Amino acid sequence: MPVSVKNSEVLFSAIKSAGITLLSALPETWLVHVMQMAEDDPDMTLIRLNKEEEGVGISTGAHFAGRKSAMLMQNHGLLTSINGIVSVAQLYRVPLLMFISYRGEMGERDPWQTEGGRVTEPLLRSLGIDYRKLSDPSTVAYDVRQAQTLAESSLRPVALLLTRDLMWEE
Amino acid sequence: MLREDVLKAVYPRLKDQVVVTIMGAVAVELYNLGHQPNFFYLEHGMGLASSMGLGLAVSLPKEKVTVLDGDGSVLMNLGSLSTLARYRPPNLIHWIFDNESLLSVGGFPTATGAGTDLAGIAEKAGAEHVAMANTIEAAEEAFAEASEREGLSVIVSKVEAIGPPSFAMDISLLENRFEFARHLKGLAGG
Repeated sequence: MPVSVKNSEVLFSAIKSAGITLLSALPETWLVHVMQMAEDDPDMTLIRLNKEEEGVGISTGAHFAGRKSAMLMQNHGLLTSINGIVSVAQLYRVPLLMFISYRGEMGERDPWQTEGGRVTEPLLRSLGIDYRKLSDPSTVAYDVRQAQTLAESSLRPVALLLTRDLMWEE
Repeated sequence: MLREDVLKAVYPRLKDQVVVTIMGAVAVELYNLGHQPNFFYLEHGMGLASSMGLGLAVSLPKEKVTVLDGDGSVLMNLGSLSTLARYRPPNLIHWIFDNESLLSVGGFPTATGAGTDLAGIAEKAGAEHVAMANTIEAAEEAFAEASEREGLSVIVSKVEAIGPPSFAMDISLLENRFEFARHLKGLAGG
């Protein structure tokens, strides 16, 4: 499978370095290695979701309990989570950190991913969610730290878009 | 059975737990019994109170976490029953008050009045301890058992579709949110 194991390790290591001990996730191809790493790591709690919006509630509870957490999902998971993001995370000022695989962008071969790709960034902008695209493995740890810092100081959701350049090898 | 009477009966026990309610009548009724810093009223995000309870329960293993949910909210996020049963935190109680209606928006009937059985769904989703409690005595007993038990407990109580005369609460959303988080920080020893 041409999902990059090396860069998945870089990402998972950055997540751990940020002090995140709880990940809620719904599997998708690009995230399989990161999810497996989370599953295998005794210091990480992985909650596999039935639908991504549940993760907003889980991270909200974790944050109120003083625990650092994040969501791991595809951009279509972001689409299904919008109400939770607006009416829980934004309403209650939750520093929700979201790792989102950015399907449907340049280079996408799966026709079914393409509409989601078109709307992802416009949607984040219209929700007022700060985001950064991760494509260079050498900056991933820095970008995760920066995103978490902003989420915690602003008490608002922040998104990191995991691009094809980062997650895929061919 | 009135939900308000049930809450009154179990309030002494609720007072010592981390409690998340959904929006509407149940939030107001609990608030009116006496607000506590360990009570959080999720005033929107329908369906996510149970997910929040899961996040709290796995993050505060020494605390008992109770979610006071409703049929309308649970029906919006049925997958959550399965996620809760899958991870079954031993310190989580998911109590669903089923009034067969969306009371706070005008009492429109929900699917539970047409036969959808939330206790049955929870059970088949994999929850081991599911109780139906439709009298005050049964509710007190079910909640006492759930509070003592190490294991995920689901309680479903049929209640009348009657809410409080006023939905006013003298606490802002963010005041509730920050007070709750600060209180939990104290519990966690931080």
